Amino acid sequence: MTEPRPTPILEARGLVKRYGHVTALDGADFQLLAGEILAVIGDNGAGKSTLIKALAGAIIPDAGEILLDGKPVRFHSPLDARRQGIETVYQDLAVAPAMSIAENLFLGREPKRTGLLGWLGALDKKKMLAEAMRHMQSLKIGIRSMKQAVETLSGGQRQGVAVARSAAFARHVVIMDEPTAALGVKEGNMVLELIRRVRDRGLPVILISHNMPHVFEIADRIHIARLGKRAAVVNPKHISMSDTVAVMTGAKRPEELPAQALA
Amino acid sequence: MLPDLATVPPTSIRGRLLAHLPPVATLGPLLALFLAGAFFTSQTDRFLSGSNFSLILQQVMVVGVVAIGQTLVILTAGIDLSCGMLMSIGSIVMTKLAVDSEMNPYLAILCGLLVSTAFGFLNGALITRVKLPAFIVTLGTLNIAFAITQIYSKSQTVSGLPEALEFFGRTFRVGQTAVTYGTVLMLIMYLVAWFVLRDTAPGRHVYALGNNAEATRLMGIDTARMLLVVYTLAGFVYGIAALLLVARTGVGDPQAGQTDNLDSITAVVLGGTSLFGGRGNILGTLLGALIVGVFRNGLTLMGVASVYQILITGILVILAVTTDQLSRRKG
Ligand SMILES: Nc1ncnc2c1ncn2[C@@H]1O[C@H](COP(=O)(O)OP(=O)(O)OP(=O)(O)O)[C@@H](O)[C@H]1O
Ligand SMILES: [Mg+2]
Repeated sequence: MTEPRPTPILEARGLVKRYGHVTALDGADFQLLAGEILAVIGDNGAGKSTLIKALAGAIIPDAGEILLDGKPVRFHSPLDARRQGIETVYQDLAVAPAMSIAENLFLGREPKRTGLLGWLGALDKKKMLAEAMRHMQSLKIGIRSMKQAVETLSGGQRQGVAVARSAAFARHVVIMDEPTAALGVKEGNMVLELIRRVRDRGLPVILISHNMPHVFEIADRIHIARLGKRAAVVNPKHISMSDTVAVMTGAKRPEELPAQALA
Repeated sequence: MLPDLATVPPTSIRGRLLAHLPPVATLGPLLALFLAGAFFTSQTDRFLSGSNFSLILQQVMVVGVVAIGQTLVILTAGIDLSCGMLMSIGSIVMTKLAVDSEMNPYLAILCGLLVSTAFGFLNGALITRVKLPAFIVTLGTLNIAFAITQIYSKSQTVSGLPEALEFFGRTFRVGQTAVTYGTVLMLIMYLVAWFVLRDTAPGRHVYALGNNAEATRLMGIDTARMLLVVYTLAGFVYGIAALLLVARTGVGDPQAGQTDNLDSITAVVLGGTSLFGGRGNILGTLLGALIVGVFRNGLTLMGVASVYQILITGILVILAVTTDQLSRRKG
């Protein structure tokens, strides 16, 4: 019935995840297309974080499959997903506060020095500093010293570090769980701008957010999660904010929406 | 037109100068060490002498090595209450096997090291696999190791050690001061630990783990395995401390190691490492161990009874922890 679509970059079919009696994911489907910003919205407990944790290898779903470029993949750890080029900015900022910006950017994949010291395991700190500076500048995040401890930064700058880390290493997909939640208006806008820059580099972005104006400002498509499932995927250009919220809360069924509102 | 994230003011000259000085964290202990030295020099003329410094160094080499293991553990935001007893059991195994069982002394040393290491592994396994708090696990192994030490040695001191077990207690002269080979070994261990913690990926991951364990795991680092390695390595380090202890005292003493739990924690905290994990410098621990050694030595020279020394170290550790806590709250 629908026109043929390009193979999604990242796809999930029928994901299930139970925590004891709580069913966080109840057969959730998911599709991310090339070069898009896909917003994922839903009420608290709708399963958004669980969904993206499954896509990022941070949890292993009880059932369902995940496809990357149309090929089935199984992630047993966050490292598996990272090896496939999927980078994640987690809801509760995953940074080491007392460590420097450069160290945080390279945590887990530090470059080694060459020669004897490298053989002994010494890290190439010069290279880390220089590359960190390059990444931060390419995203126009103005921080002078990459030696600064992350805890000395403002909330927006910290978020900038987390976003830069994922953007720097992602080859396939960047996932962001509420990256603007803890930020003020100005800093929130800066991070949105950052997300656009990442997308403009050609990396598709999955953005979880409760902030409807942000979502409508930046998203190409909106995935509405409800009760552990995908309720609908909508097109922000052809649907109102109130209709979107109605679907999200269950006040309106997706079938009641005009056809062009669905994406 | 794009808004930049708020920029940080350019680094000042003072800032650049400060970056080349040792971190403030190590200046505090250095000052404390200096003040303690000045105080004891003013109280007793026997303090400031080459032979007394040799004595202090010999006393410090044991707790100094124990404190290396303790630093590793505390950097991960853990704690090891069993360290003194893991050293003690290692020293009894070495001496009993070498003397009473007439085992080849090198083999006996190896067995002692293995026993301490195995207990460290046990700590790590219980903490990472059964997910018990480090505090309770090491309190348990403290008692287990103590009891086994008493049972195995029948609470008897082992004397008449073969030469191999006394090597690290032997000395060579640097000017006025007689330095033991054990002290040299301790210094080498500190340098190695310093390099690994500061310059290698596993070392930096120890800090990251202590900073934010979940973030470190999400970055793809196997944090459970790292913790297991850290506790096991700490056990091995206590085994080396056992060898130095035996060499210094010339006997296997089942009552040894009782003060080293608190002393090592005191040394770590005085050295500026945070009990909350993820912050600190192993060379600070060496300074901390020297402070503890200077205190114990100076108080003895002043004729202060050992109960009061225990009282004072107790107060010292609480003061150090309080400073740590207060400075975190500010930051
Ligand atoms: N580790 C866990 N243990 C037990 N229950 C969990 C766990 N993680 C999630 N849940 C439960 O699964 C459901 C979905 O949680 P999830 O975090 O995915 O929601 P969310 O859509 O991200 O919500 P929020 O908007 O509040 O971030 C919730 O009922 C939650 O309580
Ligand atoms: Mg969530």
